[in-house]
Amino acid sequence: MPASVEPVSPGRRAWRRFRRNRLGFWSLLLFCAMVVLSLFAEVLSTDRPLVVRYQGQTYFPIFKDYSEKVFGGDFETPADYLDPFIRQRITEGGNWAVYAPNPYGPRTLNYFASQPNPAAPSGENLLGTDDRGRDLLAQLIYGFRVSVLFGLALTAIGVVLGVVTGALQGFFGGKTDLAFQRFIEIWGSMPELYLLIIFSAIFAPSVALLLILLSLFGWMGLSDYVRAEFLRNRQMDYVRAARALGVGNLAIMWRHILPNSMVPVVTFLPFRMSAAILALTSLDFLGLGVPPGTPSLGELLNQGKANIDAWWISMSTFAVLVITLMLLTFMGDALRDAMDPRKAEG
Amino acid sequence: MTAPTLPASRGSLPPEGALAALGRPGGGSDRGTLLSVRDLRVAFDGHEVVHGVDFDIAPGEKLALVGESGSGKTVTALALLRLAQGAQLAGSARLAGPGGERELLSVPERELRGIRGREIAMIFQEPMTALNPLYPVGEQIAEVLELHEALPAHEAHERAVQLLAETGVPEPARRAGAFPHQLSGGQRQRAMIAMALACKPRLLLADEPTTALDVTLRTQILELLERLQREHGMAVLLITHDLNLVRRFADRVAVMEKGHLVEQGAVAEVFSAPRHAYTRRLIDSRPVRDVAPPPAEGDAPPVLQADGLRVSYTVPRPGIRGWFGRDAFVAVQGAGLRIGRGETLGVVGESGSGKSTLALAALGLLPAEGELRIAGRAWSGRTTADRPLRRVVQVVFQDPFSSLSPRMTVGQIVGEGLQVHGGAPDAAARRGRVLATLADVGLTEEQFPGLLERYPHEFSGGQRQRLAIARALVVDPQLLVLDEPTSALDVTIQKQVLGLLQRLQRERGLAYLLITHDVEVVRAMAHRVVVMKDGAILEQGEVDAVLERPQHPYTRQLVAAALAD
Repeated sequence: MPASVEPVSPGRRAWRRFRRNRLGFWSLLLFCAMVVLSLFAEVLSTDRPLVVRYQGQTYFPIFKDYSEKVFGGDFETPADYLDPFIRQRITEGGNWAVYAPNPYGPRTLNYFASQPNPAAPSGENLLGTDDRGRDLLAQLIYGFRVSVLFGLALTAIGVVLGVVTGALQGFFGGKTDLAFQRFIEIWGSMPELYLLIIFSAIFAPSVALLLILLSLFGWMGLSDYVRAEFLRNRQMDYVRAARALGVGNLAIMWRHILPNSMVPVVTFLPFRMSAAILALTSLDFLGLGVPPGTPSLGELLNQGKANIDAWWISMSTFAVLVITLMLLTFMGDALRDAMDPRKAEG
Repeated sequence: MTAPTLPASRGSLPPEGALAALGRPGGGSDRGTLLSVRDLRVAFDGHEVVHGVDFDIAPGEKLALVGESGSGKTVTALALLRLAQGAQLAGSARLAGPGGERELLSVPERELRGIRGREIAMIFQEPMTALNPLYPVGEQIAEVLELHEALPAHEAHERAVQLLAETGVPEPARRAGAFPHQLSGGQRQRAMIAMALACKPRLLLADEPTTALDVTLRTQILELLERLQREHGMAVLLITHDLNLVRRFADRVAVMEKGHLVEQGAVAEVFSAPRHAYTRRLIDSRPVRDVAPPPAEGDAPPVLQADGLRVSYTVPRPGIRGWFGRDAFVAVQGAGLRIGRGETLGVVGESGSGKSTLALAALGLLPAEGELRIAGRAWSGRTTADRPLRRVVQVVFQDPFSSLSPRMTVGQIVGEGLQVHGGAPDAAARRGRVLATLADVGLTEEQFPGLLERYPHEFSGGQRQRLAIARALVVDPQLLVLDEPTSALDVTIQKQVLGLLQRLQRERGLAYLLITHDVEVVRAMAHRVVVMKDGAILEQGEVDAVLERPQHPYTRQLVAAALAD
């Protein structure tokens, strides 16, 4: 007779096993912390002060554009808060300003830099600047965010498409399965990279376009796994019992088979995500990725290659990439162990 | 691995019964001892599953190790050859031999490899998985000979053919070249036995050797084992849950419960005067007939009426012809059945007789030709149109582990029927109905706090089968299709579940379509019985008439096999 009072779902048992893997668990925490921090990049790394107290009035440049004239400048143009003149105006006397921890945005060009670009790490730019004079730390923070969000989106779309198509094939089998399989074979043999090159020549490059193009080809691997799981599970007795109860096809797929077919999906999530990040980075590196000006790890790598003597560009980008992918891989490893049905009771 | 303790220093004795057995009735002692097991303990990850087992086997003796699943009987046997993976062993198991006694638990692995297969051989329950599917059986038998007796290849092959002939495989020369999947179940088991006997072992460990086989085959395999045992004069340790098998085959019996050896002695003695309560329960576990006569029939149509029912599958043709068409495989042909209210119709047959197909057709899960009416209506094949009919007929499957979704709670599983059929106005009412149904099958909140939120893996096989019955009952069906409802359960549990089904029938006036291979179960449960073979109904009628005075030769064979083993 089971002695435990608290019922434990299979999912929770898997979570317990996951938690027991310290490396994977800490990777998850660290990764989540990095993602959350990067979501607040606009506060952490921006060229506008968060708050300015100027001549008895409070300004929030982070939310609103102010012209130079507001702070005693000569022109109607938006204030450049890196300009030593402005900086002096808003900090002298009773005025004060709170700058972001890293006072550069992703596209900020520091016209008042003391060193030629690319500048080595210094008190001014913690990780140095790239060859256009943009702060590297800011680039990395924003680039990381773009990569991770892109990876998440691509993974999510791929999972939804893969699960839906796999479920349809596996559940209905027969001719549906046959047709879908042949379609996947044809679709999968299309040269993805050439298509990307062609499309980026036809359409204006954008993150959305890239997402759509990569999604078109990203669902097939998962679809095969889900199909196999559905094929296996659809003939289990509990599915037959549900049929005998008069449960409809959709409900059987959703309530009975899908929860029992999610193991490969969940197991592959971190690996799919790291693959997505890597794909974006490589495309950016080749110049086929996000539109110019968007902060991107691949573009930074390309700069690092072009400026091999500016070691801080390639090294720091490389470090960010390696840490991100490694955390994801550790998580994936732990997840794979946690989902392994042969692993002992947790 | 801990050092084996000497028999003299046994600190803890097994519980009652075993003491009495140390005198070893059955004449083992005058022939000396082949294998002497003392205080054998087996643990996995520090969790002990066999708690100190003592027994002896004399040369040429047939000892049966009986117990239910989880009693540790198979692990005990595997431990003797150190085949249990990841197990920590303690105690001693001494094998007498020409070169003196050897301690099986501590001899070096190299020496043990010489003992395995040569002095102690093993046969397994499922020959399909115990034989390597990639090699012809003859080659697998010859490999044992080449390994242990260093025979040259062609001689080994000749011996293999001889052995196959000896174990009664027809056309042994041709069959030696066959792959396991090309042999029938019985032939595969014979090949396994031939392989085990190749080096004339002095002790054969037989782990449920007949469980996976059909009843008529079981008798044959058992007779074969008996004959070979006599001819080779080897000792046999038979591991089984089947008391009939023990009664028929063994000299002595040892009963295991939860890792303890609770009783051992000569078969006749133990069976006529069991000392331990558990042994008594085991012996008592024959299903008891307790069937109310079905109520008088009114004008209502029978719950199930079938005439000329025919079910066929399409199967691909072999080879290139498969490109141009498919063949039809007829699983059930021309079946005529009738089940009245509150009546049980037993369907007996061996595997492949089409009885499970018949069940699926009755449930409307397989398209069938001919006439099939459930409570006067026919299946339409459309989910929504069939829904009212689905309330009438429900199903309980054989395997309680695959018939409950592991990721749904008890409340979801049992409540689904109400959700589909709208049997309850709101969630609270549904919860009440679910709990009432669960109580009806003997599962209550007092016993299992938070019952509805539990998951199936927290329940034992018998309890899971009760859950499956509750899932079927919650929609108040008139007919329950029971597809081998107890074959996956231990004998004592089987008796309980059958008792539950009998009570439910009396209380609710349920009709049962009982599919089984077990004549005993039919005898205990059914009003009428249908005998099926190769998709056809050979014989049907009242249980007494068919089972006592079988007309068809096949029925006679089936009934005789059930009595014999």
